[in-house]
Amino acid sequence: MELVVALAIGVLTACGVWLILRPRTFQVIMGLVLLSYGVNLFIFAMGRLTADRPPILHGQTVEVAQYADPVPQALVLTAIVISFATTALFLVLLLAARGLTGTDHVDGKEPGS
Amino acid sequence: MIALLQHLLIVPILAPLLVGAIQLFLGERRGARVLFSLASVLVQAAAALTLLYMTTDAMPDIWTEGVGVYAIGSWPAPFGIVLVVDRLAALMLLLTSLVALSSLVYSLAYWDRVAPAFHSLFQFLLMGLNGAFLTGDLFNLFVFFEVLLASSYGLLLHGSGVGRVKASLHYITVNLVASFLFLIGVAMIYGMTGTLNMADLAGRIMLLEPRDRALFESGAAILGVAFLIKAGAWPLNFWLPTTYVAASSPIGAVFSLMTKVGVYAVLRVGTVLASGNEQTSFIDVGLFYGGAATIAYAVVGMLASRQLGRIVSYCVVTSTGLLFMALGLQIDALTGPVILYLVSSVLATSSFFMVNGLAQRTRTHRIREAADIAPPDITYAGFGISQPDPLSPKDEVGIAIPAAMAFLGLAFICCALLVAGLPPLSGFIAKFALLRTAVGHTADAGIGWHAWAFCAALIATGVATMISLTRGGLRLFWTSQGRTTPRLRIIEAGPAAFLILLSMAMTAGIAPVMTYLDSAARSLHSPDVYIRVVNGTREATP
Repeated sequence: MELVVALAIGVLTACGVWLILRPRTFQVIMGLVLLSYGVNLFIFAMGRLTADRPPILHGQTVEVAQYADPVPQALVLTAIVISFATTALFLVLLLAARGLTGTDHVDGKEPGS
Repeated sequence: MIALLQHLLIVPILAPLLVGAIQLFLGERRGARVLFSLASVLVQAAAALTLLYMTTDAMPDIWTEGVGVYAIGSWPAPFGIVLVVDRLAALMLLLTSLVALSSLVYSLAYWDRVAPAFHSLFQFLLMGLNGAFLTGDLFNLFVFFEVLLASSYGLLLHGSGVGRVKASLHYITVNLVASFLFLIGVAMIYGMTGTLNMADLAGRIMLLEPRDRALFESGAAILGVAFLIKAGAWPLNFWLPTTYVAASSPIGAVFSLMTKVGVYAVLRVGTVLASGNEQTSFIDVGLFYGGAATIAYAVVGMLASRQLGRIVSYCVVTSTGLLFMALGLQIDALTGPVILYLVSSVLATSSFFMVNGLAQRTRTHRIREAADIAPPDITYAGFGISQPDPLSPKDEVGIAIPAAMAFLGLAFICCALLVAGLPPLSGFIAKFALLRTAVGHTADAGIGWHAWAFCAALIATGVATMISLTRGGLRLFWTSQGRTTPRLRIIEAGPAAFLILLSMAMTAGIAPVMTYLDSAARSLHSPDVYIRVVNGTREATP
């Protein structure tokens, strides 16, 4: 499981970084989305990878090792909400830039023009 | 009364949050929105002043040793979220509210009518700033950074236009990537230590296994990179000058404070990390070289710029570079002057952005023809309300001041003196204090060469700033071609003058200011008190 998660984070991040460095705004936004997936998975993995363990304490006898760490899950939730909102904002900006400059290049003008 | 005062810590976050939310529902009632905004900023200023007073240990029944802590929901420290105020945080809160007040009043002349959500966004920006200064928790630092960045995206776009949209594309992308780095750093630190509370973290660093230490340090380094991007350190600051020029002038004034949040975060997190282990902090000689590179970049950019706004933006970068260079020297006695320089440069550049906005009007005959006029805003239609005419002639606040050119010239000279660090204003005192302390430590083992280099950089930036500002001023005031006398309103000229007067007042009363700053620096460098007080919430709550 570790290998699969690590590969997933690596591939998502690599694709995200590559796309962010591309010249078109749509590629940049896709890159940001992929990068945020990679980062969210990474935060999640920092709570250690476990299967079939509840995050909420239950009952009187508490053996912490039997539970998943709930904090990274809460952090991921916050991070997802924030990146969702900023992606929405970025989409609007992307459309505004397209409308105002007439091109989807990130510098607002075609290279060489 | 005492019991109520303990809750004062949360006021700088709650006031703008509530006011910003209420303003969303006020529709066409602009007067009410303005009143709410002003009231909120004044409440924040009052709260900041009281907190400043309380951190001087004037009220020993509430807080001792200049550190106050507020456990939200009475959850004790490592489990719940805490807000912590110490002298540096209280000072930054006050600075924020003063800059916000002047920028808000300035915007009432024109900018706040350009789009309906201006006041709400402005309040949320203040909430993010105040929260970032107050929080004692790394993840909450991230959340407040996001709050202030999200509002800053909106405010940067405020007024629309091609220039702003183009600048925003770069600004938002860079800051989103910085946020991801921030998250990775925070996650790694949590993964290694199991805590996000800064005070708790300091204790856990010493308990780290040697094999975990490398991962923890890389996490801290990634976090440091995120802070440096926010602060505008080279090579992560190419977005900054374009963005700050594109922003409308009152927003530029607040933005010049925003870079200093990055510096504050470096100071805050760096000193707490250093208490666990000298090696783990990111305040070290690397910061010195980064600062030096930032200064070199800014000086070249400044000398190459023709537009006054760009020169001022590069001044913001220069001050960040100088701050990092000074911190990188790792001389504890230098931290007091560093904070003084930080405050003084924020006052100067904020005021300069406003003066720049006013000075641009000398180019055109009437305000309506000036280049920096926003197109009609579609969001008004979206909210289903009619847009008030931003330039309505019968405006109660539109009283023009006499001798507009004389005022502009004088304000320009004062700002230039402040930024370049020439006597008699506070910029000079700050730079002089930095120089004196640095020269006093040139004999120390290991840092002698660095201290001399810092002195050279300090003087060289002063000269470069003076040269470029003189050129900018000559072009602005002494070339008579096509120049007209602008109409300046009191509510535009007043805020710029207010910030300059504040720095003058700081010069006049430098002794108490310096005493306070030195004690702020001392408490920063002995984080044991901070850590003890925060961890004390565990015993205090049942």
